[in-house]
Amino acid sequence: MSLQVSELKVYYRTLKGDVRALDGMTFGLRDGEILGLVGESGCGKSTLGKSLIRMDGRMRHVGGTVVLDGRELPIGDDRAMNEVRFREVSLIPQYAMSALNPTRKLRRMITELLRSRGATPDLEELERRMSQVGLPREVLDRYPIELSGGMKQRMVMVISTLLDPSLLIADEVTSALDVSTQKAVARALLGFRESGYVKSMIFVTHDLALTHHIADTIMVMYAGKLAEKAPADVIVKAPRHPYTKLLLDSLPEVGVRYADRRLEGIAGSPPSLLNPPTGCRFRDRCPIAGEQCAEEPPVAELAPDHHVACWKA
Amino acid sequence: MRRYFGRKLLIYGLTFFVAVTVNWMIPRFMPGDPVASMVARANVTKPEAVEAMRAYYTSLFGLDQPLWQQYLNFWGALLRGDFGVSIWLFPTPVSDVITTAVPYTLALIVPSVLLSWVVGNQFGAYAARRKLLDNTVLPVGYVLTAMPYMWLAVLLAWAFGVILGWFPVAGGYSFSMRPNWSGAFLLDLLHHWTLPFLSLFLVALGGWAIGMRNMIIYELESDYSNYLSALGAPSRLIRRYAFRNAVLPQITGLALQLGVLVAGALVTEIVFAYPGLGSLILKAIQNKDFFLLQGTFLFIVLGVLIANFIIDIVYVVVDPRTRAGMAGAQA
Repeated sequence: MSLQVSELKVYYRTLKGDVRALDGMTFGLRDGEILGLVGESGCGKSTLGKSLIRMDGRMRHVGGTVVLDGRELPIGDDRAMNEVRFREVSLIPQYAMSALNPTRKLRRMITELLRSRGATPDLEELERRMSQVGLPREVLDRYPIELSGGMKQRMVMVISTLLDPSLLIADEVTSALDVSTQKAVARALLGFRESGYVKSMIFVTHDLALTHHIADTIMVMYAGKLAEKAPADVIVKAPRHPYTKLLLDSLPEVGVRYADRRLEGIAGSPPSLLNPPTGCRFRDRCPIAGEQCAEEPPVAELAPDHHVACWKA
Repeated sequence: MRRYFGRKLLIYGLTFFVAVTVNWMIPRFMPGDPVASMVARANVTKPEAVEAMRAYYTSLFGLDQPLWQQYLNFWGALLRGDFGVSIWLFPTPVSDVITTAVPYTLALIVPSVLLSWVVGNQFGAYAARRKLLDNTVLPVGYVLTAMPYMWLAVLLAWAFGVILGWFPVAGGYSFSMRPNWSGAFLLDLLHHWTLPFLSLFLVALGGWAIGMRNMIIYELESDYSNYLSALGAPSRLIRRYAFRNAVLPQITGLALQLGVLVAGALVTEIVFAYPGLGSLILKAIQNKDFFLLQGTFLFIVLGVLIANFIIDIVYVVVDPRTRAGMAGAQA
């Protein structure tokens, strides 16, 4: 196991009380594994991604541990985490388009960043990696404003993985891109793993279809908790959790006309995490909920590597 | 790049033309007759003599010609560097009167504007990350910027000049001294310069500090700062980037504020009877001295335009985005 997250609880501090964005997440990630993290907005997937590298000011580490390569990460301690960031855990942020300082040429910015982390800039290696994602070396002598959106995205991908981190968190990296660029980004990420720039990866997204193409394992989250985690094919072809099933049902299929039957979404909306209901959090929207669901379902391993948190699965 | 500066120069040229025209118009449409007051000052009682003097002065200043002719003459003289003859200090040429006043005004404005900008930016950037400093500097900054220049000037003159007696309250140098390059005279100059400088410096300082504090906070919360923090970059590097980017709007602010700052300096000079352009303007108005007023205004307009142009150039140097905009974007 390269990454082991146990009972992780991260709450947002608000004036009305704690918002339990992550409420006891447990999962593991093997060396070389790409984990697709899927869920509706507000389910805690971005919070999980942030918790592993840098919590923002309102987030509070309430409990649980994160162990990476046999070493516990001090995720609640912003200063202590600095040493781990970039070298062990790195991030491709959601906002890759605006992640680069607009008033520095890229070569200088990258050099300054690497120096500040005590690393020696290796320009040859940098250029090699840039050409791997289709960026010409001249880009280094430009300002970020002179690059297209897709180029900025790829540049950020190269920068984030320069120090060969063990774990890479890709947070909604494809959300702002058109379909052909999405494919290029996905291919580049797979290439990074193949070249050994990153060991394992958490790919946070709300796009189930795209995740299926690049992830080995898919983890579905609901209301701050794990709903189902299984190999990508199993999740798509034989899901066990009713939420995963409904999520898949709400995706349009290629070649099917939805003239007679309207594409169904999932009725209702996720519960407030300020005072989450007891029992199964999906109960109110679940078509097969029963008496038993008033009690919280444990995460059970139904088949090897297939974890489901549902009484009825 | 050349097109950009060409366009800028055209705009500055137009501004200059309009400013000069307005400048020519204002004294002429002001109520009162300067020649009459000059003649009156001469205390002549004989009507023929009065008439002769009036005719002489009127033709001397070219006031007997039609307005459009006066306007053209004005431009012609201007291009020859001739600002005319002062009415108040007749027959000293206006350019001489201005030349004696300009060093005082420049010595007051340039240091106070630049120093308040630099110190204010540093202070604001510093306050943005110290809670204690933020809670003390900011209210003080608000009070300072809200103060009118001349009011602060009056307060300073009263406190440090009248009550404490540390500084003189009027003049550019002591009456007992003649201008020369001796150390004693320079020290005396500095002594007289301190209070007017302070009142200009303090008022501007508060504004720059507040602006910088807000900009720094904005920059520190921007995406590139977050990205650098996520990659574990030390806050020293992030703050350096943030400061550099936050300074850009402050430069624009400086360009916008320049006119206001100069106006403030002129009023402050009047409060301290400082022998600069501000006091000169007051005297020129009191004596209906068209030519002096025109010359002084023209000088100020030119100064502000040149300063703005310099800021434009600086901006192009420090912000690559303006340069990219000039060249046209390339993906």
